[in-house]
Amino acid sequence: MLFRPNPSSGVPIYLQLMEQVKHAIETGALRPGEQLPGIRPLAEELVINPNTVAKAYRELEHEGVIELRHGAGAFVAAGPRARKATDNLRAGQALVASTVERLRARGLSDDEIRRLFEAELAGRATASRTGGQRG
Amino acid sequence: MAEPLVIETQGLCKRYGARQGGSQGGIDALRGLDLEVPAGSICGFLGRNGAGKTTTIKLLLGMAHASGGHARVFGLPAGDERASVAIRRRTGFVSDDKDLYDYMDVAALIRFTAGFFPRWRADLATDYLRRFELPLDRKVKSLSRGMRTKLALLVALCRGAELLILDEPTAGLDPAMAEQVLQALVAHVAREATTVFFSSHQIAEVEQIADRIAILERGRAVLSGALDDLRARFRRIQLVFDRDPPDLVLRSPVVGRVRRQGRVISVVTSAGADPILDEVRALGAVSIDVSPVGLKEIFLETVAAED
Repeated sequence: MLFRPNPSSGVPIYLQLMEQVKHAIETGALRPGEQLPGIRPLAEELVINPNTVAKAYRELEHEGVIELRHGAGAFVAAGPRARKATDNLRAGQALVASTVERLRARGLSDDEIRRLFEAELAGRATASRTGGQRG
Repeated sequence: MAEPLVIETQGLCKRYGARQGGSQGGIDALRGLDLEVPAGSICGFLGRNGAGKTTTIKLLLGMAHASGGHARVFGLPAGDERASVAIRRRTGFVSDDKDLYDYMDVAALIRFTAGFFPRWRADLATDYLRRFELPLDRKVKSLSRGMRTKLALLVALCRGAELLILDEPTAGLDPAMAEQVLQALVAHVAREATTVFFSSHQIAEVEQIADRIAILERGRAVLSGALDDLRARFRRIQLVFDRDPPDLVLRSPVVGRVRRQGRVISVVTSAGADPILDEVRALGAVSIDVSPVGLKEIFLETVAAED
């Protein structure tokens, strides 16, 4: 299947799994109504704790991303949410592509561009926690 | 979601080699261990050699007697001989030397073991034999280390135990074999109502399959709890200054050493990033980075803090 959490990253595995399910939906790899792997087979395939998979599925259901049908398994929620997310992601991808092209044209290396993006995202995360001021 | 505790110790102490009746001399293997393992969890038990992991397991299984404190398994007192028999009947144990009858062949060992356990799961035995590709007619003595481990695990899994206690189940196995063992454990836990308590030096595998951990150092649990909770709390904060960094005196809990290297200071906190960020903002760093901390780093910093 398409999920690959990294247990050593320090990020809870259930959160990684949630992100990867959402990403799969946003890219269209999983479509509304499609079934997700069962808790047991997925835990066994990824060699992770079944409680972790169950926790990820519960949270995803809580967020309305998937539906847990008793006895039948987990399904991608049908609805406009998924489609809107896909459209947003496609638009964002185009924006990033043009920004990267312009930075390259200015003579920045891919590593420098990557660091700029990461610093911007990390800075934003810190700033949002601190109510806007930057360290 | 409070599950009942399958393993619980309070102030558990074990002193080896003390003279009869006296408290003089001897070595303290456990010095007040507090441990909680809820039902249905996979708990990884970490610690350096000599930290007291095997001693803990021996006390839980009634193979040694505590010098102080309490240990309960299924709510039963582990130090009581009759209770201990009941505990062992409900527990599957794989020792660090994967102790098995060497002179039997694989089929005979499985048949022999099955005879002792009324709740023996022949269906699982068939399944794991196939999964582990164990040769039925080979003598246990001539099995490779990996095969021997798998056989020991099969025997422990199939007795219908509610609790599995595994002392370094993947020690000495190649990565593919270790992954097979972990996969069998995960599959087992997903199907059967089982609690797993396993010691290991392989931090990566603990991170992979455990939902709880306990880190033992010099006979005490220096860190324990739900792994996701620890992952959420531990953060590394790196501060970069455009001058010599000031002295760092923090109220927030800092784990291990404050590292200083030129104009950079790096600390690990166990209380999330927010409180420490509030504190360090006044110091005037030109850059503040926050990153998650893996279990290996948590382990090393926690154990280093005890030195």
